[in-house]
Amino acid sequence: MEEILRVDELCKTFTLSRKQQKIERTSTRRKTAVDHLSFNAFRGEIFGLLGPNGAGKTTTLRMLSTLIRPDSGDAILDGSSVVANPEEVRSKIGFLTSELKLEDFFTPNYLFDFFSRLHGVDDAVIADRKQRMFSRFGIDRFAEVKVANLSTGMKQKLSLVISLVHDPEIIIFDEPTNGLDVLTARTVTDYLQELRAEGKTIILSTHIFSLVERLCDRVGIIIDGRMATCGTLSEVSDGLSIEDRFFEIYKSLKDNEA
Amino acid sequence: MKSNVLTIIKKEFARFFGDRQLLFTTVIMPGLLIYLIYSFMGTGIESMVTEGAEEMVTVRVENLPTTIAPLLGELDPNTVVVEQPFVEQDIYLLEDKDIDNVLVRFPIGFDSLLATYDPSEGLPAPNIEIYYNSTNNASSRVFNELTEALTAFEDGISNRFDINRSDCPTFSYDQASDESIGAMVWSKILPMLIMMMLFSGVMAIAPSAIAGEKERGTIATLLVTPMRRNELAMGKIVSLSCIALLSGISSFIGIALSLPNMVPDAGTLSFHYTASDYLVLLLVIFASVLIMASAVSLLSALAKDVKNAGTMITPFMLIVMLAGLLPMFQNGASDNLAVYLIPFYNSMEVMVAVFLHEMQWGPVLITLGANVVYTGVAVWGLTRMFNSEKVMFSR
Repeated sequence: MEEILRVDELCKTFTLSRKQQKIERTSTRRKTAVDHLSFNAFRGEIFGLLGPNGAGKTTTLRMLSTLIRPDSGDAILDGSSVVANPEEVRSKIGFLTSELKLEDFFTPNYLFDFFSRLHGVDDAVIADRKQRMFSRFGIDRFAEVKVANLSTGMKQKLSLVISLVHDPEIIIFDEPTNGLDVLTARTVTDYLQELRAEGKTIILSTHIFSLVERLCDRVGIIIDGRMATCGTLSEVSDGLSIEDRFFEIYKSLKDNEA
Repeated sequence: MKSNVLTIIKKEFARFFGDRQLLFTTVIMPGLLIYLIYSFMGTGIESMVTEGAEEMVTVRVENLPTTIAPLLGELDPNTVVVEQPFVEQDIYLLEDKDIDNVLVRFPIGFDSLLATYDPSEGLPAPNIEIYYNSTNNASSRVFNELTEALTAFEDGISNRFDINRSDCPTFSYDQASDESIGAMVWSKILPMLIMMMLFSGVMAIAPSAIAGEKERGTIATLLVTPMRRNELAMGKIVSLSCIALLSGISSFIGIALSLPNMVPDAGTLSFHYTASDYLVLLLVIFASVLIMASAVSLLSALAKDVKNAGTMITPFMLIVMLAGLLPMFQNGASDNLAVYLIPFYNSMEVMVAVFLHEMQWGPVLITLGANVVYTGVAVWGLTRMFNSEKVMFSR
């Protein structure tokens, strides 16, 4: 198995506002979101980061996609460092999260071309890929409709397509089915499996146990910014369902803290 | 790298020119509004001046002296002069502004009083009372006419000498050429108008293009592409400058077209400038727009949303307006080359020099160079902001 992602001792802290300090009942100004996190992923697998809200999953993925810089540590994606070569990393990954929005004014057709050009894709390839992706997700009928006038599901499918305009080797998805209706969620999970079959690597974050069981080859359980356990689905489950195993780990960690 | 900057510029243009409403409100409406408002104001002022010219006005005169009688005959044809004494009650009646009357009372024996009056004795001069109502246009018009005629009469009887009498002009008294009079007027007005119009153009689009993208979450989508942050910064500043320039040009056309309506004498002022004057103007204008777009972009990037950007830009706008007003209070452009390193002010000074036909290449080149350097610094600053997660993602 070829290692395509290595995350090495990644750390990230944030400054809390006074209001936030009150809410969290703490006097410390800094909050550690990701705490010396390390894991790896192999080419052609779906790797899941499983954890409760606030565990540091999104922060980790944002560091992997170079939107934010780690305080210390590094991550190497297909040979490129998020610290030293963020542009190179961005050319190799497709990143999708609900915080990335598309301009309402433009049409899917325009946006596909625009983002393809920013990724340096050839014009001939753009046309061919657009036709294929649009028909795969049923966007072709809405290609000239402004984003503002698309249904929520169609917008999400378009965001997915736009994040993949450059046919990246590594796809990073933050909560891929969050907020999607059942039909769109199914389309997305089916597509993730198709991508894996094509040899792409997918890193996703989720708090949905069934999604991990259905999709992931390997999983890392992340609690309070630290990696609690990491391995193949069967290694991590250890004979239990992933849900039961998660609560077992969670309880023992909290018991130890107490 | 170049192609990414171009891709961003093309996208900004597509956003702007594809949105008819935005295009109309930013490029067409400023010029149109300025034209309509200024023309309307000009016409309004003119009609205020001419209103009341048609109404018949009765001038009641008490103790009309024989020397003055011919003067009253020369008042405009809508005036009827009646020799008739009046009492206090008649004066109060003038308070009704619908009564088009003027009451004039001369001292008894006005002509002989004039003949014997000696200013050196220090006694008060004979007084003519003219009662009128300034809120009645016709009454006010006749009052002015009477005052002028009587002042001319007074000048006539005590005249010892004239200054620049108009009936013997062998040469023009004012030896300034028409061109230099025009140049002086334009140099005081146009640089300020140009700067303000350009700034309002920048204000109309830059906050939405940067703070707006931040607010809508679309900037993050751009930030996960492999494009360098400085390419994004450069693309934004150049495209915003071009669009702001269009908006500025529109406003300027509006002003130019409405000027004859606003200032009836504007057409007689000479406006002669060479091709190189125009070229320098264009270069300086574009260099100023670059600086404005840079500064407003930086502030917009710092702002949380479009509304916040507007608040942050207002103090900056006041500084630009102040720089715009300075040429009004100074005589010509500065000789001190260091002045041309001050952003905004340098552009104003170069424009003043161009309009005064005193343009020199030294200040022009320093201004252009300085503005390009400042824009470079702004691109660097904006790049840093695009790189800063605190600026880009904190709310």
